[in-house]
Amino acid sequence: MADILKPLTALGHGAPETVQIGPLRIAERFDVALASLAQRRGQEAAFAKAAAGLGLPLPGAARAEAGPVLAAFWVAPEMWFVEAPFASHEDIVAALKPAFGEAASLTEQTDAWVRFDLSAPDLGPLLERLTNIDWPQAPVGYASRTVIEHLGVYLIRRGAGEATLYGPRSSAASLLHALEVTAASVV
Amino acid sequence: MIINHPILGPRDAQEFVYLGDASLIDRPDGMTAGIESFHDYLYNRDNPAGLHRELWYHEQGDRSWLVVTRNTVSHEITSVELARDVARARGRSK
Repeated sequence: MADILKPLTALGHGAPETVQIGPLRIAERFDVALASLAQRRGQEAAFAKAAAGLGLPLPGAARAEAGPVLAAFWVAPEMWFVEAPFASHEDIVAALKPAFGEAASLTEQTDAWVRFDLSAPDLGPLLERLTNIDWPQAPVGYASRTVIEHLGVYLIRRGAGEATLYGPRSSAASLLHALEVTAASVV
Repeated sequence: MIINHPILGPRDAQEFVYLGDASLIDRPDGMTAGIESFHDYLYNRDNPAGLHRELWYHEQGDRSWLVVTRNTVSHEITSVELARDVARARGRSK
């Protein structure tokens, strides 16, 4: 049975999709594992020690930061999302739990989100139409939750013309549609 | 309307959800307080024309609860605090 079951991406295909609209490239990613990591109250020291031991950065409010293997972005006070390579961290909670023990609460998030990496020389015209983030003012490493067409998403600025978008997986096609339609209108 | 979030700075009000009067933080102890105080807590609200302390939830943001002091006549917001800090300052444990 197992050998006839094939994993599907969030968009329902065997391989991730890439869409090119003018200068904008939208690339679906499925090679990143995701978990939420919340520090338990009164466990600040143990939590920081565990994160340091893993080489996991703990960026401040509205920031994202990458370590050698693990990356993190801030989502709430004392709470982060951890990104890791899917190939080595498919069961990301099992990989992180031994280090944090009782100092943190971890929740698997990999299959709850669709990830699109956006790249264009200037993402401003696209993102100012879709979100209320002041993109030209957002520094590299900025990370925030925001709304795109009623969908709650996380937007991370990776570089001058690079962004990562995490949206609800069950609305992956709707989110991609919103991106495509808006991109077509600003080309 | 812009709400000046204590951690994230100015954010558009459309990211927030309104709950109501901030007195909801002060729930009486159902086991010891009388039925009158619980009735007050559940049903009775002041409806001031002026400064009003109210709870807002940053749903499309960092999911924090805020206590916003807003003038109900002019919509001017004079103070925004994390509800967590407000509750702890009143001796609540969570």
